[in-house]
Amino acid sequence: MGVLELKNVSLTLGGKPILNDLTVDFWEGHIHALIGPNGAGKSTLASTIMGLPGYTDIAGDILLDGERINDLSVDERARRGITLSWQEPARFEGLRVDRFILAGAKDKSTETARRALIRVGLDPDKYMTRAVDRTLSGGERKRVELASILAMEPRIVLMDEPDSGIDVEALNRIFDALADFKERGATVIMITHSQEVLKHAEHAFLMCNGSILDKGPVDRIDGYFADHCVPCDHENLPDAQEIAGVSA
Amino acid sequence: MSPTPQQVETARELLASLGELGGHVTGDDIAHLEVHGNEVVGAHLVPGLEVDVDQLEDGIKAHIHLRRNVRIEKPVHLCFGMLPEEGLQHIVMDVEVEEDSFASVQAHCTFPNAVDITHKMDAVVRIAPGAAYEYFERHLHGREGGVLVVPKTEVHVGEGARFKTEFELIKGQAGVIDFDYDVDCDARSLLDMIARIWGRGHDRITIRETARLNGEDARAVLQTHIAVKDDAVADVYNSLAANAAGARGHVDCKEIVQGRATAKAVPIVVVNDPRAHITHEAAIGSVDSRQLQTLMARGLDEEKATDLIIEGLLG
Repeated sequence: MGVLELKNVSLTLGGKPILNDLTVDFWEGHIHALIGPNGAGKSTLASTIMGLPGYTDIAGDILLDGERINDLSVDERARRGITLSWQEPARFEGLRVDRFILAGAKDKSTETARRALIRVGLDPDKYMTRAVDRTLSGGERKRVELASILAMEPRIVLMDEPDSGIDVEALNRIFDALADFKERGATVIMITHSQEVLKHAEHAFLMCNGSILDKGPVDRIDGYFADHCVPCDHENLPDAQEIAGVSA
Repeated sequence: MSPTPQQVETARELLASLGELGGHVTGDDIAHLEVHGNEVVGAHLVPGLEVDVDQLEDGIKAHIHLRRNVRIEKPVHLCFGMLPEEGLQHIVMDVEVEEDSFASVQAHCTFPNAVDITHKMDAVVRIAPGAAYEYFERHLHGREGGVLVVPKTEVHVGEGARFKTEFELIKGQAGVIDFDYDVDCDARSLLDMIARIWGRGHDRITIRETARLNGEDARAVLQTHIAVKDDAVADVYNSLAANAAGARGHVDCKEIVQGRATAKAVPIVVVNDPRAHITHEAAIGSVDSRQLQTLMARGLDEEKATDLIIEGLLG
């Protein structure tokens, strides 16, 4: 039994099935990668686990430590240790970086915010009092978001394309953060297309058309994806033969 | 003349009522003035700053004069307020800032026990060429509201001069605010106006900011950030006219509305010279959903997340 389980989860949006009878186990303390073509439902899966508005009317169950959490709100799930890092983090006019980082932190001391900023490679003396607004670059914004998650000390971190729109330095800081999460025993679920990021995952799921086609070692799953899914010959609609051939 | 013991005590109570708002500073090298009702209960001037105060029946009339080339390096601190529940405080200010001089004024206005208080400010500010003047006004009202605040200010910003002003009321209940600023800006002058107000209960907030960029290359930014909840109402009228070549301006109105509160923004931008340029943005509505979801995904409930977003907007 994983720390986080989805059992027969289906979600329909706008009359279209987006998640199809998903049954998935995410193991505690592991870094999982979620791979798949655009439109496969990866971000939808993350939003569903987080319980974001519009993603709660599901069939099936989401279980945390064996307990059903379908009816919990976003913040209730967060207080149980689940959090989400968006591909495009929000900006907050006027809200200071330190206030943002400490918002969800267990330890709300200034030192917590400083440590988190240092961990993501940002100088606290320069960034603590800055606003989380347009004056931060995309990479800075992503690192500040990561700092806020580190300060929260979550149990489960959903990361939607953590490498999107950032430079090499910021990417290295993400790897440091992944190491931190691992060391603390947190469970990470990363949506990514990046080979560099995939190297830091221990386990992968291949998703297509709202279904999990396969799971297993990163090399094998990514290898199949690279060989068979890029480009996608069947427009994200795998037929039975394709599915049967995945694990071959 | 030294203050009487009663005046000293009143000044102490007045400043104590600022509580966590704090900010009012006194000291031998800091110019400060404390006015309770129509009585000056504390004052200290520094060289270069001339302040003449006349007592009115319901307030004071103050003439503030900065001579040419005088720079007051440390902020001047003013504290206006009334401790009783009822009353009228009328402040008439005439500010003259001569050429190439500078002063920054921090004004704290406190009405902690207000049930029926009117605070009127009629000000005329003349900033001569090359001078710079800043006026930051922060209000602290009690939980009941009960305050009618009517600041009306006319400003002339001379050539190459700068004027920056902030009005902030985010602690306590606003009451009724009828805020009116009218500014004329000469060539190469700079105007920066911002108002931040948090309305609750049955607060009524009206903001009128009018600026005319009359000289070449004059610049202005008018910002209004308001959050209203419960049954509060906020109406914002920003008017910015660019009347000369190279004049540049921006009007920014952001309002967050919760509960049964309502908000209105009416930006008027006028360009009377093809070589001038003004932009405006207005955003009114509930809190941005992505911002809300981000903070809720960190464990904050919706109310705390909203408060934090508003704190940022008004901070």
